[in-house]
Amino acid sequence: MDLLDKIFVAPFRDMVDLPDILVQTLWEGFVAGILYALIALGFVLIYRSSRIFNFAQGVMVVFASLAMIWFNQKGIPAWIALALALVVMLVMAIAIERIVLRPLIGQPDIILFMATIGITLVLIGIGEWWFGGENQAMITDKLGVPGEQWDLRILGGRVSIRQQDVAAVIVAILLVAGLLVFLNRSQMGRAIRALSDDAQAALSVGISLHQIWVLVWFLAGVIALVTGIAWGARVDITFNLQVIAYKALPVLMLGGLDSISGAIVGGLLIGILEKLFEIYWAQPIMGGGSETWFAFVLALIVLLFRPQGLFGEKIIERV
Amino acid sequence: MLYRIAGQYKTSYTADQALFPVRQDAILLGIILVIAYVVFPLTASEYAFKALLLPVLVYALAALGLNILTGYAGQLSLGTGAFMGVGAYACSKLTTIFPEMNFIVAVLLSGFFSAGIGVVFGIPSLRIKGFYLAIATLAAQFFLVWLFEKWHWLNNYTSSGAIETRNFSMFGYYIAGPLAPTVVKYYLALVVVTLVTWLALNLTRGNLGRIWKATRDMDIAAELIGIRLMWSKLYAFAVSSYIIGVAGALFVFVAGDGAEPNAFDIPLSFTILFIAIIGGLGSVMGNFLGAILIVAIPAMLNDIPPLFNLTLESDVQEYINQILVGAMILFFLIIEPLGLASFWGLIREKLIIWPFPH
Amino acid sequence: MNITANPAEAAADPHAGAGEVLLSVNDISLSFGGVKAISDVSFDIRKGEIRAIIGPNGAGKTSMLNVINGFYHPQQGTISFRGEVRSRMRPHEAAKQGIARTFQNVALFRGMSTLDNIMSGRSLKMKANFFWQAIRFGPALREEIEHRRRVEEIIDFLEIQHIRRTPVGRLAYGLQKRVELARALAMEPDLLLLDEPMAGMNLEEKEDMSRFILDVSAQYGTTIALIEHDMGVVMDLSDRVLVLDYGQKIADGTPAEVQANQAVIDAYLGVSH
Repeated sequence: MDLLDKIFVAPFRDMVDLPDILVQTLWEGFVAGILYALIALGFVLIYRSSRIFNFAQGVMVVFASLAMIWFNQKGIPAWIALALALVVMLVMAIAIERIVLRPLIGQPDIILFMATIGITLVLIGIGEWWFGGENQAMITDKLGVPGEQWDLRILGGRVSIRQQDVAAVIVAILLVAGLLVFLNRSQMGRAIRALSDDAQAALSVGISLHQIWVLVWFLAGVIALVTGIAWGARVDITFNLQVIAYKALPVLMLGGLDSISGAIVGGLLIGILEKLFEIYWAQPIMGGGSETWFAFVLALIVLLFRPQGLFGEKIIERV
Repeated sequence: MLYRIAGQYKTSYTADQALFPVRQDAILLGIILVIAYVVFPLTASEYAFKALLLPVLVYALAALGLNILTGYAGQLSLGTGAFMGVGAYACSKLTTIFPEMNFIVAVLLSGFFSAGIGVVFGIPSLRIKGFYLAIATLAAQFFLVWLFEKWHWLNNYTSSGAIETRNFSMFGYYIAGPLAPTVVKYYLALVVVTLVTWLALNLTRGNLGRIWKATRDMDIAAELIGIRLMWSKLYAFAVSSYIIGVAGALFVFVAGDGAEPNAFDIPLSFTILFIAIIGGLGSVMGNFLGAILIVAIPAMLNDIPPLFNLTLESDVQEYINQILVGAMILFFLIIEPLGLASFWGLIREKLIIWPFPH
Repeated sequence: MNITANPAEAAADPHAGAGEVLLSVNDISLSFGGVKAISDVSFDIRKGEIRAIIGPNGAGKTSMLNVINGFYHPQQGTISFRGEVRSRMRPHEAAKQGIARTFQNVALFRGMSTLDNIMSGRSLKMKANFFWQAIRFGPALREEIEHRRRVEEIIDFLEIQHIRRTPVGRLAYGLQKRVELARALAMEPDLLLLDEPMAGMNLEEKEDMSRFILDVSAQYGTTIALIEHDMGVVMDLSDRVLVLDYGQKIADGTPAEVQANQAVIDAYLGVSH
């Protein structure tokens, strides 16, 4: 009986009795969700244009952030360090395209996926060696983002909103908007969309596969850097952070591997539901720690009923 | 000249379908078995057993399990580490509840628990495919590791959830745990691995093996020749998880001394996956080759530089190790996606033709 | 159905039992979303005959085979096979009942050799349980040898001995089609559905394949339905022809009848209707 109460009654009662905590939880979940969505966005971009499931997206987040921090520590002003980090990501995109993607053209998806796992390991090895293995603090303050928080006294309690989180959300929204405009309005963007629909056809109208791939991987690198800056506002940057990228996977399962809007909605859903479950169910009943697995189990359950995810197209197999 | 196969004619289907229809292959296996069962125990050092031979055996076994699921049946799984954990915790719990149970029996029984959980988490494969399935297996991976830590009954109420060091004996002699002689533990692992490998070879060469490969290559066509995909996949998960569970039990009590829950986390899953890929998906022998390579690299990074009066600090060794493994995966995927097993196949072809060029 | 039937006996009356209906398709309609692939088609296939299904591209021929196979489920209509009526069936049930088929784009298992591919066609008939297979002894081993023997008969029949051990991915297209036929034959089917078995073949290969199809019918008495574009092949091989266009039946009869049918001529020449 006590257990039934804890599952079906107490959480909702707590939500109503302590609305400030509910709002805080929702906000935290929302911010986390935005960040998951950002990582998922990087995946989606690469998947749409090359059907490659880029396992290295997470490590790219860390690598880009550490590059920026490293430049800054050498005395370079923050915004220029950011630009230099973008250059690093461009070089990385070119290197990956030449060394890994070109030899593997035409190989089955699973091979390409495993290749990105190989890339991940190499990047971790190189990254830890070059940047050192210690934690680094993100230089959000140097980028001009204010570091205080607003304490709103509402709903009979207190809800704390960190300005860096707000900045992260705003930047994410701008990034997504910019990306959508780019994909839909620009020449290059059209080429990317053409490639993702039908690579052969795109090639036959003169779109350069290699250029587009470099561009797409670079864009993914840009997204990775932005994600790193946003995440870095809350935690230190270390290579362990790349496991956060695993969280993007259930997001992709829900939102579909090739849908930008799916990534966003999926990210927000996962972020919010995960936080709610942890605070109101996992901590009282199970001692917490559910955030490692909740998103995956949730995505799994959804997939059992809709194998194509919430947004994906129904998979029709032709013989 | 060495591998002259001309003149080795088969006059019955039984002979043609033998495991090693070519005599030289059988001799080669004989040599390997002699080295494993006789030469190593006589000549290997403590260090060699602990750092090289035992890990290779356990990893190769786990990779064999994964290979059956991913290489033969085509169901990608990223949860290998967690299933090793299930086998390990099951073994720990069985021997806690039944202290009189023979250790080997406990190990072989633990596999069944792993198989059962494997089937449960394999059910989604009936509806979900490809990457989505891989992500679903991550659900098992993360959930199970959390469970190992939080379910106090399972981990015998240790504070961190770890499996504690135990000693097991049989007929009055220690066979597992820190008090057991390393050579004995080596033989134990070797016998178990040999037995399971033989069973796996039989299965993959028979009807079930063909059914798995059909499921992997074109499941629609498989259905149309009458194969029940559900059974094919569930059997794959069951057999695979059984083997992985046994490997997990050996990992904790024979190759190691107890383990923390996070020993079974994602890095272990990936290590086993790399061994399966580098060794060759769809091969039984490849897993051993892959394990040897994966275990040898860190050992070499440790032991070779001092020969040149260089020392690499341990963290630098770690970084180089990662880069090398990552580079190897890329190398194999680009040059020979079918892994080391396929390399061996090429070498063998050359030997058969030698000394002629073609 | 006996694999080692006396060829002379069977050849003497290759269409014995030709009057008896093996499969009958009744008012089948199939749609995908808004597109109607098949509209109210009915026909039958008699035991022992070779039935051709022809029609312009997109007429719904492959979809028709897919429905018979259980791969597509029609929105309307029923199929009766050997007297049993059903509207929906899973593909493996169709296989169990004795329906085998080949595909336009060869659906072989690329990771396996020719021999293994054909042996996989015997999996319905292999009953040895898991335990025996694991130790490869007793029933499992006996089965492997027994079925290997049967498969070798088919390999001899289709003259593919030399590529037994070759991974099928490496075979020439024409040979792949032959291996696919072998795999279908390994199922010892009552009804064999062939989807464009001659596609992409040169004259010599077509003659070989035609000979094999006739031999299958003569020697094993298998009922055959084939989709084919080459009119010469259709006229020479088939007993009766079904013509589809835009998902509808426009003619059904002997090759001579169909060849003279105005609606058929119009369909092929693209006269608008």
